[in-house]
Amino acid sequence: MNVRRFLGRPWVASLAIFVVFVAVWQVLTAGGSGGPGALDPEYARLAGQSAAVQQTGAIPPPTAVAARGWELLVNAFDRSNPNNLGIAWHLLQSLGRVLLGFALALIVAVPLGFALGLFPAVHQALNPFIQVLRPISPLAWMPLALYIFRDSGISAIFIIFICALWPMLINTAVGAANVRQEWVNVSRVFGLDAFQHVTRIIFPASVPMIMTGVRISVGIAWFVIVAAEMVGAQSGVGYFIWNEWNNLQLSSMIVAIVLIGLIGLGLDVGLAWIGARLSFRE
Amino acid sequence: MSFLSVSDVSMAFRIKGNGSFLALDSVSMDVAGNEFVCLIGHSGCGKSTLLNLIAGLLLPTAGEIRCDGKAVRGPGPDRAMVFQSHALLPWMTCFENVHLAVKQVFSTLSAAQMKDKVEEALRLVHLDHAMHKYPYEISGGMKQRVGIARALAAAPQVLLLDEPFGALDALTRASLQDELVRIVESIRSTVVMVTHDIDEAILLSDRIVMMTNGPAARIGDVLKIDLPRPRDRVALAANPQYAAHREYLLKFLYQKQRA
Ligand SMILES: Nc1ncnc2c1ncn2[C@@H]1O[C@H](COP(=O)(O)OP(=O)(O)O)[C@@H](O)[C@H]1O
Ligand SMILES: [Mg+2]
Repeated sequence: MNVRRFLGRPWVASLAIFVVFVAVWQVLTAGGSGGPGALDPEYARLAGQSAAVQQTGAIPPPTAVAARGWELLVNAFDRSNPNNLGIAWHLLQSLGRVLLGFALALIVAVPLGFALGLFPAVHQALNPFIQVLRPISPLAWMPLALYIFRDSGISAIFIIFICALWPMLINTAVGAANVRQEWVNVSRVFGLDAFQHVTRIIFPASVPMIMTGVRISVGIAWFVIVAAEMVGAQSGVGYFIWNEWNNLQLSSMIVAIVLIGLIGLGLDVGLAWIGARLSFRE
Repeated sequence: MSFLSVSDVSMAFRIKGNGSFLALDSVSMDVAGNEFVCLIGHSGCGKSTLLNLIAGLLLPTAGEIRCDGKAVRGPGPDRAMVFQSHALLPWMTCFENVHLAVKQVFSTLSAAQMKDKVEEALRLVHLDHAMHKYPYEISGGMKQRVGIARALAAAPQVLLLDEPFGALDALTRASLQDELVRIVESIRSTVVMVTHDIDEAILLSDRIVMMTNGPAARIGDVLKIDLPRPRDRVALAANPQYAAHREYLLKFLYQKQRA
């Protein structure tokens, strides 16, 4: 084995950085865990009662996180205690809400996006509303949603719908409005009717843009679901993190954070793959 | 009796902001049935504009174009076009690209009859073997042949070609020109083709229409090509008539109409 070639592999550097990071983390946190006396009063107030009774208030070392991670993964699908579901159920719950909210947004965004992209009058009429609604943080809708739907799960889905809508809507509109003139000319010369024009020319030509919008939307939705579930929800990974925080289970929180990252990466890679399969090649 | 007539056609493009750009000024020309006419002129003189007007993709600001007795008011498969940039739809196979045209024009045929028509058109350009390939899987010359097959499959009254071989290397271009000669002689269709290649124009045309430089381009001269058909590029090279035509065109393009 050629050592220099081995060291030249890009993942070797990534692994080295990871090892150094974990080692530094271990050194900084091992042993010197702050007892109750070391508690910051502000932190105690935030954490409430639990901070006072917890012995391990400091950041846990990576070994403890790994041990906790193993424990959570072994019991990931445990549902023996309905008040303490396995972490997989929470993640699936969150994914399900993201999927539902996203699907609703897709159903609205694609036809509406085509209308915006193909008919300047529709664009002019709707553009002011889009410009005002788009910059609103999806979480700003949360209290209103809770009031209207009276259900934290449905409210979370609504929030996902709102935040997933804009990237897909705008990308579809831009894609449909900028279909190459030569393809539009082909459609005109060979006399395609309006339905054929949209389904056989405009739609396939816009797929790459739509899929980019889909990727952005799902990325944002996965961001937002965690925050949305921290407000009032009784399940989902956002609820899980908030609950573990209340129990001062920092190790569990860190495990959940890492899992959120890995799943987000998986979603993005999967959607990139699907997007490449659905898009035309030139 | 002319089959296609362009009468006093002017085309002014609106320019962003205000004002307009007069690309064509009072252009008139006639094309007889089964005639092969080439439009030649320097780049930017308005050849594509004139072809797009005949196709109906553009509407003239003045004048009228008539095809088979009817005024041209928009595009239609009776004036099928072969585009300079092949303009195949990349999400469809070669077969599907041609099928799209066949389906519009021969909507009353059965599925099997449509399939036959598509295959026949692709056979005509010797591409039946690559029927189920996507455009990105075939060469530039093959793509242009699919573009020709697509236009021919629509059985147009007038075949319009906008510098169809402009983007190809010299050898591929020559072989496609020979194929076009053969196809046009076999189907005897009316053809208007844009080119800036003098040899291509002489090889293919019955008449060559020379355009002056823009803006406000007009028709500068018309040259009738009486060379016997079928034409062979090697035999033509030694033909004194060919040399005379060539010189005439060169003089127009490089003395009267310097780029
Ligand atoms: N849509 C348009 N808007 C404004 N000007 C145009 C447009 N299309 C073509 N022109 C102008 O008209 C002239 C002729 O263009 P074109 O017909 O494409 O030339 P050619 O095909 O002979 O190279 C050029 O000066 C070009 O810039
Ligand atoms: Mg041109």
